[in-house]
Amino acid sequence: MQEAILTARGLDLYYGENQALKKIDMEIPERRVTALIGPSGCGKSTFLKTLNRMNDLVPNVRIEGTVEYRGQNIYQPRLDVTWLRRHVGMVFQKPNPFPMSIYDNIAYGPRTHGIRGRKQLDEIVERSLRGAAIWEEVRDRLKKPALSLSGGQQQRICIARALAVEPDVLLMDEATSALDPISTSKIEDLIAELKKQYTIVIVTHNMQQAVRISDKCAFFLMGQLIEFGDTTQLFSMPQDKRTEEYITGRFG
Amino acid sequence: MKRILKGNGQNGLAPKTKGTRAAFETGMNLLFFLCGAVAVLFVLFISIYLIVSGLPAIREIGLAEFLFGDTWKSTGKEPQFGILPFILTSVYGTAGAIVVGVPIGFLTAVFLSKLAGPRVAAIIRTAVELLSGIPSVVYGLIGMTVLVPAIRTAFHLASGATLLAAIVVLAIMVLPYIISVSETALSAVPKEYEEASLALGATEIETYFRVSVPAASSGIAASVVLGVGRAIGEAMAVMMVAGNVANMPSLLQSVRFLTTAVASEMSYSSGLQRQALFSIALVLFLFIMLINAALAVLLKKGKKS
Repeated sequence: MQEAILTARGLDLYYGENQALKKIDMEIPERRVTALIGPSGCGKSTFLKTLNRMNDLVPNVRIEGTVEYRGQNIYQPRLDVTWLRRHVGMVFQKPNPFPMSIYDNIAYGPRTHGIRGRKQLDEIVERSLRGAAIWEEVRDRLKKPALSLSGGQQQRICIARALAVEPDVLLMDEATSALDPISTSKIEDLIAELKKQYTIVIVTHNMQQAVRISDKCAFFLMGQLIEFGDTTQLFSMPQDKRTEEYITGRFG
Repeated sequence: MKRILKGNGQNGLAPKTKGTRAAFETGMNLLFFLCGAVAVLFVLFISIYLIVSGLPAIREIGLAEFLFGDTWKSTGKEPQFGILPFILTSVYGTAGAIVVGVPIGFLTAVFLSKLAGPRVAAIIRTAVELLSGIPSVVYGLIGMTVLVPAIRTAFHLASGATLLAAIVVLAIMVLPYIISVSETALSAVPKEYEEASLALGATEIETYFRVSVPAASSGIAASVVLGVGRAIGEAMAVMMVAGNVANMPSLLQSVRFLTTAVASEMSYSSGLQRQALFSIALVLFLFIMLINAALAVLLKKGKKS
């Protein structure tokens, strides 16, 4: 068993009266791709957002239990959330580059964390864009607005922007669901490349995608973690009847 | 559409009504059009009237003499009609109001749209709405009875009715415009931008000032221009607190604005003096047209992005 970088223990999450996550226990291994699957509203995106506390932004949210990142409970009251998010980055469903130039998008994170030197920023921008496999496409137009790029390119800009702060973990919330098949396959290739260096947790609606890219897979249903294991195992020999029904397309 | 509403002659509706209904539709269309045309006609009429009645005095006095002359003695034996003091007073007064009002209004807008809890925001918003509903004569009155004496004491002046008093009153008067327009622009910034910034480890304040505010910049600029328009066109309140003397502007002296220059002499003016007042109104009108054009450009830019 690979060492766990993120560990959820007895995690309950409520939106007001409504319990969205029920006693989740899960260990996410380092430098692997972990896919979260399940029907809409099953809690997989909610769970993803508990890992870098983006759920803090939702009013009336209440969380019990713990999530540990490298042994530290990220829900301890004195934790610096900006520190956490710097190490556990996120890519969203809809590409959301800032309305700024490509360069400024990538440099935003490093600048926020105090890096001002022009040369150093140039290096980070190039390294991050290369890391997100988009450097060749944009190297001549770094000063152009990021919003002038295609959707698939914008999403890779967003990945580069997340890489620029040198995170440990990259959370991807259905990061390809708004993209065309060609852009999707580019990003899947990129994920295969990124897992050499980063831990990736991806929420996906697309089971083929989960099979293609993930090492571990977790099946969520109605706020519960039904099954979690090696992707090949989970898809070939699901232990739970509900998992089997879902992956064979009987519901969801 | 019209055709569907008409009887077809088979269901008992008499086809006779066709003519009256069609005429009614045409008539209503015409009425709507005329109502819409009224606004256009008034603007045209006012523009033409101001130009026609404002030009003779400028022609007689000379454009340079009129705009750049620093002495206004409309009732002297040898009358002088230089409106530079009024122009500069209006410019300085407006600039002062913007310098004081914009930071307060802008920060309030950021607070309201991003930081304030719903209850606090509701209280502040209501107060801001009330502020914009207070008639300018009330601002003038309170300025006169509270602010002017306070300035006199603070600076040991003979009279506290000064440009400074006008600036303070105007700053308060432009606040609601700056707050509400800026807040609308800030609230329209897509949440996704802010989420992306927070997910990179930026704090909320960093996010608002480095992502939300730049994204709303054209709306915020529009709020400033709107404030400028409001301040430069205000007459009643500044007349009551600025002393209304045709001095070249200075912060602690009595001054007269373009608006008050027209208002204070119109009732007893005649001849060239009266014509010159129309010329002042024309100058003011051009200022405001310019500001509106700037506003239109900014809002258009905002819509595009």
